[in-house]
Amino acid sequence: MHRVVITGIGIYSTIGTDLDKVRDSLFNGKSGIGFEQARKEYGFRSALTGVIEKPQLKGILDRRTRIMLPEQGEYAYLATAEALRNARMDQDYLDQHVVGILYGNDSSSSPVIESNDIVREKKDTQLLGSGYIFQSMNSTVTMNLATIFKLKGVNFTISAACASGSHSIGIGYVLIKHGLSDAIICGGAQELNLQSMASFDGLGAFSVRELDPSRASRPFDKNRDGLVPSGGAATVILESYENAVKRGATILAEVIGYGFSSNAAHISQPTVEGPARSISMALRESGLDAKDLDYINAHATSTPIGDAHEAKAIYSVIGDLNIPVSSTKSMTGHECWMAGASEVVYSMLMMQNDFIAPNINFETPDDDSAKLFIANKTLEKNIDVFLSNSFGFGGTNSTLIIKKFKP
Amino acid sequence: MSETTTFSNQATIERINAIFINEFEVEASDISPEKNLKDTLDLDSLDYVDLVVLIDDNFGFKPKGDDFTTIVSIQDFYNFVLANTKK
Repeated sequence: MHRVVITGIGIYSTIGTDLDKVRDSLFNGKSGIGFEQARKEYGFRSALTGVIEKPQLKGILDRRTRIMLPEQGEYAYLATAEALRNARMDQDYLDQHVVGILYGNDSSSSPVIESNDIVREKKDTQLLGSGYIFQSMNSTVTMNLATIFKLKGVNFTISAACASGSHSIGIGYVLIKHGLSDAIICGGAQELNLQSMASFDGLGAFSVRELDPSRASRPFDKNRDGLVPSGGAATVILESYENAVKRGATILAEVIGYGFSSNAAHISQPTVEGPARSISMALRESGLDAKDLDYINAHATSTPIGDAHEAKAIYSVIGDLNIPVSSTKSMTGHECWMAGASEVVYSMLMMQNDFIAPNINFETPDDDSAKLFIANKTLEKNIDVFLSNSFGFGGTNSTLIIKKFKP
Repeated sequence: MSETTTFSNQATIERINAIFINEFEVEASDISPEKNLKDTLDLDSLDYVDLVVLIDDNFGFKPKGDDFTTIVSIQDFYNFVLANTKK
């Protein structure tokens, strides 16, 4: 068995387009949520959304490459380029070694809709151009990044709803731990365009606190009324300890636990038992006890039922240990397929800079969150070990435990 | 008469060159009639799919698959577009 370490992280999100900006936003409790009038005109119940800066890739990537990239692929490219720089893994290294990619992504709606709109209008598929097929497939991020960075290792997409990004790191951990890969680019990407979220909005799951966007996402708060859709991309470079040492990499942290489970229940309604089993499995895998956790980054999305069930699940495992818990979705909104990876990056930034980011807008606990220590202010605190939860439709659960690296 | 047929030959050529520059990111100084189209634009099989769309969008006709087999130089391409926009 091999130890699995993190040697690079990268992020492109609604609270910052690089690691430094995101670190500052996390520390300051800055919200990335806004109101998009176009959603109202399109027929949305809620016009709230994460707001992200459009990447400018002309001059960075050639025309052929840009044509192939959907929105979330652009975010994933920038997050991965930053993570590779962070890991000091340049193109020469990628050319000479076997590095793989496992990325979480579970939709690419906009190119599917746009291309079919064109065919409906022109009645001719040959007038679509070459890009849409490569942008439309669920594996668009891995097929694009593997081509751009000329990767030679494992190469596939993990689709597991809002746990996709977390499972990508978990599966990367398993492959490296068992010696099947030396280094893997893991992560998660999420499109923000309104087409991708219309059907989700139709479930009535989004917050309608439209007059107060930055206060709309309020995980664990008694007065929460739903999630806010968001997106971007986050990348985590995993390597075996031996590989990292061999190439002289700076080791940032170690992945020590991956737990997973399926609820065996409803397609959208959560359970307590499923997430609790995922958390317990990750703890068993890590060899640690709950008391060893310094911070829990919760999945909590700000939905009334989801947060209550997660609070119960966390409490069922940690009891009255008073471990600080926060949901960074209070600032970012729900980054869906990206969230499991981005929340590892957010927690890594906290670990590197000795603070716990606040669960902003947590003002009034409910019966379940009252049993936990929800950090609603920035805490300056050393983190040696953190746990990150991600849960998705269909009852898929993923939990990662990551430890500050000590040789 | 369609809008595209009102262009003079020079205007059509300038419009083609603008497509090469803006869509295929070729330097203006690299474009000359005698040069090989495929090499100058660095075209692969997927680029020809995009070229069909660009011709349809800009000149109002859709090339057939084997039209490109006879187009070797940039001048050939100018001639092909000019001939089809004057039909």
